[in-house]
Amino acid sequence: MNRAAAPAGSDAPPAGSLGREGRARRLLARPETGVLIGALAVYVLFYAAAPAFRQLDSLSTVLYQSSTLGIVGLSVALLMIGGEFDLSAGVAVVSSALTASMVAFQLTLNVWTGVLVALVLSLAIGAFNGVMLVRTGLPSFLITLGTFLMLQGLNLALTKAITGTVATDSISDMEGFDQARNVFSATLTVGGTDVRITVLWWIGFACLATWVLLRTKYGNWIFAVGGGQESARAVGVPVAFVKISLFMLVGFTAWFVGMHQLFAFNTVQSGGGVGNELLYIAAAVIGGCLLTGGYGSVFGPVVGAFLFGMVSQGIVYADWDPDWFMFFLGAVLLLATLLNLSVRRRATAVRRTRGKAGRA
Amino acid sequence: MTAGTVPPLVELAGVGKSYGPVRALSDVRLTVRAGEVACVLGDNGAGKSTLIKIITGLHRPDEGEFRVDGEPVRLSGPRAALGLGIAAVHQDLATVPLMPVWRNFFLGSELTRGRGPFQRLDIARMKRTADAELRGMGIVLDDLDQPVGSLSGGQRQSVAIARAVHFGARVLVLDEPTAALGVKQSGVVLKYIVAARERGLGVVFITHNPHHAYLVGDHFTVLRLGAVELSAARGAVSLEELITRMAGGAELAALRHELGQAAGGGAGAGPGEDGDDAGT
Repeated sequence: MNRAAAPAGSDAPPAGSLGREGRARRLLARPETGVLIGALAVYVLFYAAAPAFRQLDSLSTVLYQSSTLGIVGLSVALLMIGGEFDLSAGVAVVSSALTASMVAFQLTLNVWTGVLVALVLSLAIGAFNGVMLVRTGLPSFLITLGTFLMLQGLNLALTKAITGTVATDSISDMEGFDQARNVFSATLTVGGTDVRITVLWWIGFACLATWVLLRTKYGNWIFAVGGGQESARAVGVPVAFVKISLFMLVGFTAWFVGMHQLFAFNTVQSGGGVGNELLYIAAAVIGGCLLTGGYGSVFGPVVGAFLFGMVSQGIVYADWDPDWFMFFLGAVLLLATLLNLSVRRRATAVRRTRGKAGRA
Repeated sequence: MTAGTVPPLVELAGVGKSYGPVRALSDVRLTVRAGEVACVLGDNGAGKSTLIKIITGLHRPDEGEFRVDGEPVRLSGPRAALGLGIAAVHQDLATVPLMPVWRNFFLGSELTRGRGPFQRLDIARMKRTADAELRGMGIVLDDLDQPVGSLSGGQRQSVAIARAVHFGARVLVLDEPTAALGVKQSGVVLKYIVAARERGLGVVFITHNPHHAYLVGDHFTVLRLGAVELSAARGAVSLEELITRMAGGAELAALRHELGQAAGGGAGAGPGEDGDDAGT
């Protein structure tokens, strides 16, 4: 031990060089720092510009908006940390809702049967994406783009073939509906303010995902397959399992939000969901997840989704022309990404200089 | 096995391997003993990669015998090789740069506590163990939470080596660990190779740099076009001879003659000294 200790001592950075300054730098280098600053700025902007935005009910509405985006955004973020994309997530939400609705209605079954069939289908779509990726080695961008287009076509074609219209029939009078609505789409009153249950599910899922990402083997593997797939494979991480299961996780959250939409509106429009997949990805990126994988958090994308919710509702409360919504969203995306980039660059640049100084 | 003689940790006897019509290795002999550094040298295409793949279980030889502790084995894959204590540290595959040191150290073999759905990482124990193990190899890091990518190239390799040692490696297979490193960083890695040898491990050090090999090696095997060009213990070969044999003795003499004619006789020493680098 002693013999070995001598040679390397000279190469190690001086002990104790990482004090208060180091902690501050590490805070800056955290994936969610940028988005927190951005969210705060947007909050202040609408707080100043829109009196209606200041009410607690408005916050609840913003949170609701954010949650439907954020629940799928969570799994898309984990997938992105694992190094992959899922462009099919937006329409997969609608596919799931359509399936549950039509299975229950056409076969006159308890709606829970439809819900379960939809869950199986959603997981299968995820598994299909994952298996295709692992087997072919093609970029997930291409594979899920294919799935996205196919699902979009299937949603329209099958719905029309089965119901004769572009929407499903209302299932609100069917057996099990009220119970299912309580699970997926209830409204609770907390301290005099109405809160949609999806907000609670969102927070719950986010806490669970954070725990899994940071405190479990599986979370360790997610970082590893995204940050260095071949290295991960070389040390025995089951890369295929991690990737496929991440896609199935996206399937699960798509199912969950699909069920929410079904039980909130009783009927499903078959052409919906297109474009949302990019919002999920944007929320993850704004939240500090590295587009190329291996880096990110769960909390960041949660704030990212909240930021989107604020913008979409804030424009309404501020009485601005909603036509500008997408423009604002795009601008926020770019700004947040730039902020993330500069924050991370500054943090790593300091570290790099320190490393060099330590070695010289 | 007769009493009194300890069989070598790993032994290749007359090993050959072909990929279709291409003969990558033929009749290769290699012996790795505990507490020894066996250097495998060779230019690009000499068969070094094939040799590594056989030792680490990725490929199986077509001819000859592969023995571990004196017993002939047929490895089914890298997992099987690891099970026998043969661990590969690849130049690029060693670590995940964006992950903290301690996560890298235990990647794929994480320590956990709790059961079933409550099974979670035992972070404190992992950090403690990684720190102790790294210090044992002479690597002192003040912050195990820093990403491995922020370490120097030499330290990064060393973390991978310390990890392999911790997880029960008896034979380390180091694939060009100094290839991408500068002089100082190469020195760091060479120190850890010596540290591993001092701990009683067998080391297979694959390199195309005879200078690095000669600094730490106990035995030298030079591969050339898939066959053993030279196999000699440290005392039986000089650095100059190693360099010449690596560059392909007779061919090099012919080349020197040609260049000498072209340049009027002044460039004689150049190609010989740089023979190892010219092969990239």
